[in-house]
Amino acid sequence: MAPLVPMSQPWVEKYRPRQVKDVAHQEEVIRVLTNTLQTADLPHMLFYGPPGTGKTTTALAIAHQLYGPELYKSRVLELNASDDRGINVVRTKIKDFAAVAVGTTRKAGYPCPPYKIIILDEADSMTEDAQNALRRTMETYSKVTRFFFICNYISRIIEPLASRCAKFRFKPLSEEVMSSRIMHICNEEGLNLDSQALSTLSAISQGDLRRAITYLQSAARLFGSSISPTDLISVSGVIPEDVVKSLLAACRSGEFDVANKEVSNIIAEGYPVSQLMAQFLDVIVSTDDIPDEQKARICKKLGETDKCLVDGADEYLQLLDVASETIRALFNMPQTLVF
Amino acid sequence: MLWVDKYRPKTLDKVTVHDQVAQNLRKLVSEQDCPHLLFYGPSGSGKKTLILALIKQMFGAGAEKVKMENKTWKIDTGTRTLEIELAMLSSAHHVEMNPSDAGFQDRYVVQEVIKEMAKNRPIDAKGKRAFKVLVLNEVDKLSREAQHSLRRTMEKYSASCRLILCCNSSSKVTEAVRSRCLNVRVNAPSEDQIVQVLEFIGKKENLQLPAGFAARIAAQSNRNLRRAILFFETCKVQQYPFTSNQAAPPLDWEQYVSEISTDILTEQSPKRLYAVRQKFYELLVNCIPPESILKKLLAELLKKLDADLKHEICHWAAHYEHKMRLGSKAIFHLEAFVAKFMSIYKEFLVASFG
Repeated sequence: MAPLVPMSQPWVEKYRPRQVKDVAHQEEVIRVLTNTLQTADLPHMLFYGPPGTGKTTTALAIAHQLYGPELYKSRVLELNASDDRGINVVRTKIKDFAAVAVGTTRKAGYPCPPYKIIILDEADSMTEDAQNALRRTMETYSKVTRFFFICNYISRIIEPLASRCAKFRFKPLSEEVMSSRIMHICNEEGLNLDSQALSTLSAISQGDLRRAITYLQSAARLFGSSISPTDLISVSGVIPEDVVKSLLAACRSGEFDVANKEVSNIIAEGYPVSQLMAQFLDVIVSTDDIPDEQKARICKKLGETDKCLVDGADEYLQLLDVASETIRALFNMPQTLVF
Repeated sequence: MLWVDKYRPKTLDKVTVHDQVAQNLRKLVSEQDCPHLLFYGPSGSGKKTLILALIKQMFGAGAEKVKMENKTWKIDTGTRTLEIELAMLSSAHHVEMNPSDAGFQDRYVVQEVIKEMAKNRPIDAKGKRAFKVLVLNEVDKLSREAQHSLRRTMEKYSASCRLILCCNSSSKVTEAVRSRCLNVRVNAPSEDQIVQVLEFIGKKENLQLPAGFAARIAAQSNRNLRRAILFFETCKVQQYPFTSNQAAPPLDWEQYVSEISTDILTEQSPKRLYAVRQKFYELLVNCIPPESILKKLLAELLKKLDADLKHEICHWAAHYEHKMRLGSKAIFHLEAFVAKFMSIYKEFLVASFG
């Protein structure tokens, strides 16, 4: 009989804060929500900010703290992009749920305010029609229902919805906050992480705590309990510095064929080009001996190319285009050929 | 059986090219718990081989008995019922499918199949793994909605189902999905590694390889191992014993594209453009992907051009390939590229030679 293995759980879920006060680094929203816990008074909420800053966590935590495990199922409706959220769902499911009045049954230890909560996660992927259909629903049933919208880009939420909510921006996590959280997990899991690895982890995850924890777990699975910076880089998909440097070196040579060869090499190695562009940008910007005008020209090209990649254009051709434009910029060749 | 299949490593121990990756995967499996995985790398680098070997390592021989079925999914969207038919390979432990074949309805397929798998969850019999594996191919071709709908589904059903995603370029997979997986980069094997593999096959098949023969095939294969092995087998069928300067014939369509490139270099006129159109149509009806045609054409042209022109041409190639992706009919954009090239080249000729 094999030993009973505990159900494996991603650390992201395992260490998700269960209480609002445990959410790191977002003071304003926590202050408002702890108030709510005492007064049971809650406006509609709109959380926005970059991924991995605790938006969903906060929403789930407040819902759990308000209702407790028993009432949670009947009082909270959680919808995200995995569920179908077209206009039909708004008209039927959400409306039906919102319309139901709630009793005042109380469970000991929880405030159990007399309204329900609908959490719309990843709300920026809802269609505009669906958002419009929500407007009136929100107002009509505001006595018995509160809405939580969660999104990355507030500009994708239509103005009428945004103006009905209390808006909270979630800041990217600072390095210290992130480090202390990571150290906490390392202690719990019995991992060895030196300060150098810790700063690498903060650097590659760019303020996204979920990403940092995922990297940490992947590295721990692959390399055991002591983790070095290179291990972290290899699981994160960040491209090693010298690859980016050698691309720039190839461009500096001024030879198209040299650059072409380097580009084919990078594609064959399977590095993701969008990631490469981001790092190439960093290298270009931080290089001292390239004049500003040339830098600007290269950066413009990078921007255009990024859009093309998002549209699904071929990686090889786009990277080659960037390399060729970089050569032309570095050697001050004109943008278009004039004969 | 083709050599490509015959000599595909069946277990992680036998993987020779990506032994480092294989070792890491073995470690993952031995730890009983396995995260979602995302394999990415150029084609012919061994992603599929690694995935199959990994599944075998997880579940033993049971995973090898696969059956192919055409399943019809009935999906209730509220207002109407959709019927989506999709081919899938399945065994007792895993299901493999290509959701992008469902076109714009891929979103429903992804949700439905994962939910169904989660429903009839395998029972934890004798310490076996209590989850199934779903292999999704070509995730980079999934629509944005489908990728979004993967996000939460992946987390929700992670107890009963592990996803293995496989794609060529991870740029086209949304950040949200990538950050939920353990990313495994599978690089194309180097030419030396290809030579080693070819020599290994040669030994197994009792073939005499003349010196430099394997290296030549490897160079021709563009670091694509599958292609190298196919070339190798073609050579074997064509002529054995091998002669010292034998080379694999280039692929038909590649030869055809290089003909096109000579065509447009020799004459730049509307008439020639019209002639080239016929050839493009010929290639397209034979199901050669348009972006491959464009890339090959660019490579052929770059061989024969001046350095200044190269920059210009590669810019326009990238430009028209992007347009092609946005548009729906490839022939327009291929033709536009050729027309653009002709005009630039003609101008260049007039300017330099009068």
